Amino acid sequence: MTRIENHPILGKLGRKKTVTFTFDNQIIRGVENEPIAAALLANSIRTLRNHEETAKPRGIYCNIGHCFECRVTVNGIQGKRACLTPIKEGMIVQSGKRFATPVRDWSGNHV
Amino acid sequence: MYKAVSGSPLLLEIGVETMYDIIVIGAGPAGLAAASTAAREGLHVLVIDEYMKPGGRLLGQLYQESNGNWWNGLEESVKLNEQAVNEGVKIILQTVVYDIERQDSSWIIYTENIVYTSKQLLLATGAAESPVPLPGWTLPGVMSVGAAQVMTNVHRVKPGDKGMIIGVNVLSAAIAMELQLAGIDVVAMALPPLNQLTHQHSRPKEVMEALLHASHLAPSKFLRIGSKFMTNPFMRQLGIRLYPKSGISMWGIPIQLRKAVTEIYGTNQVEGVIIRTIDINGSPVSGTEESIACDFVCIAGGLYPLAELAGVADCPFYYVDELGGYVPIHNEKMETPIEGLYVAGNITGIEGAKIAISQGVVAGYSMAIASGKQGLVENLQDSIKKVHETRKQAAIRFHPKVDIGRNIIHKQWEARQVPSTNDATII
Ligand SMILES: Cc1cc2nc3c(=O)[nH]c(=O)nc-3n(C[C@H](O)[C@H](O)[C@H](O)COP(=O)(O)OP(=O)(O)OC[C@H]3O[C@@H](n4cnc5c(N)ncnc54)[C@H](O)[C@@H]3O)c2cc1C
Ligand code: FES
Repeated sequence: MTRIENHPILGKLGRKKTVTFTFDNQIIRGVENEPIAAALLANSIRTLRNHEETAKPRGIYCNIGHCFECRVTVNGIQGKRACLTPIKEGMIVQSGKRFATPVRDWSGNHV
Repeated sequence: MYKAVSGSPLLLEIGVETMYDIIVIGAGPAGLAAASTAAREGLHVLVIDEYMKPGGRLLGQLYQESNGNWWNGLEESVKLNEQAVNEGVKIILQTVVYDIERQDSSWIIYTENIVYTSKQLLLATGAAESPVPLPGWTLPGVMSVGAAQVMTNVHRVKPGDKGMIIGVNVLSAAIAMELQLAGIDVVAMALPPLNQLTHQHSRPKEVMEALLHASHLAPSKFLRIGSKFMTNPFMRQLGIRLYPKSGISMWGIPIQLRKAVTEIYGTNQVEGVIIRTIDINGSPVSGTEESIACDFVCIAGGLYPLAELAGVADCPFYYVDELGGYVPIHNEKMETPIEGLYVAGNITGIEGAKIAISQGVVAGYSMAIASGKQGLVENLQDSIKKVHETRKQAAIRFHPKVDIGRNIIHKQWEARQVPSTNDATII
């Protein structure tokens, strides 16, 4: 997606300091301190993780920290919200992946 | 980060800061205004917020007021923040408050790394958007309408090139216009599919009625036209029957009150939506499916007060539809039945940012008085009057009967002040 360089009311975006970080080993450029989700979207990346069980792709939903749909791993720490974690130079971001061993439903054994 | 060593008390592992007079949770308009007001009276105030910038949901707001001026939320947030900082308020961002506790007439506020303590506590945690589940809504590219607002106006990244908005209400109408202003194509606005959760958002008549009452001062022409000619129920009924199938256009965006989106489709991300004609009760008419291509979808399910922390503090709640849901019981001074606990802003009911600011000022004075500051009774009374005036002038009204809602909650407060004789017998 594109950045909104000119806005009729909010004005010009202006030059901001850019930084690079990685998302699943891909090098991404973004504006320093913008949230991970915004930097990725500006690079046309919407999928932030795959559901733990179904592997279905997920992206942001609320964009303000309420829904936890955007959780990613940042510098090794899991469960960070991509919508409110600012990007820094050299940050390593990884998407959540489907669990290697599927979570089994044992409830059938307990009826 | 701290490491828990087994057997050692948690509080020794994490930092505990010195006691504040007041802690405010939420750096939105209500929290910042309250903090400035109290700090101006010489109190030691800390504001904690989980977001990256101060301003809360005010940050993304952008609309033209009836006098032609633009309400620029980004600028207003900067002003409120500067004001607070100048009064000596300490503001900590990117910090989640996950628990609060009352102990020996002070409050203990738990964040990830540090435990803070204060004598008084203000909850100004704002509102959240209600989700509207429908087939395909977990696809990347589907987001709440507020998410698109923040992406566009705060981060200045387009949520997509071409979007569909599901849910027609004051907030989604305002945001549709904001998206267009930023050069993003909004293909149409339509209703969500009818189900038990969505009924009042899915019946054309109810949606129309809510829109017509949205405000006499509304920035949108669409919202203003209505109230003029549709003053009686017969006309309203007729209005929705005669509502053009192709929709009415607002700033070039078709508003479809007689169509509902029943499915969002796409393989790895949004590719489009399926839309169906609905009857005046919201039920889909068979054989009317059409598909509309788009690369993002906004869901507008309405707002509700974000009040979990009040629950954690054992504050009683009352359900008030006109205020958006469960609201902590409070009075006009923004006091709750829990000693030392105050509320302000959208946690007390869904309204615009100017009202949140005016409520924040009230809470600031109330807490200053409770902290022993003299000579502020008149300021408090004036600030309460200001809340009423601001409400009358509001450009956007989220619920047509918000005044009634305010009365309901204040009656609940009063009812608690007079202990009923029955209580004494329950021992
Ligand atoms: C998505 C969205 C869009 C909106 N758009 C508009 C609009 O366009 N026009 C309009 O008039 N009104 C809008 N509103 C209504 C809005 O709530 C009010 O206008 C106003 O911002 C309310 O102010 P507040 O101070 O009560 O809360 P907010 O502005 O919501 O501020 C609350 C703050 O508390 C913080 N917080 C909450 N819980 C915690 C916690 N546990 N720990 C730390 N911090 C916490 C949040 O991060 C947030 O910054 C919108 C609301 C939402 C939710
Ligand atoms: S998108 Fe909801 S928490 Fe990040």
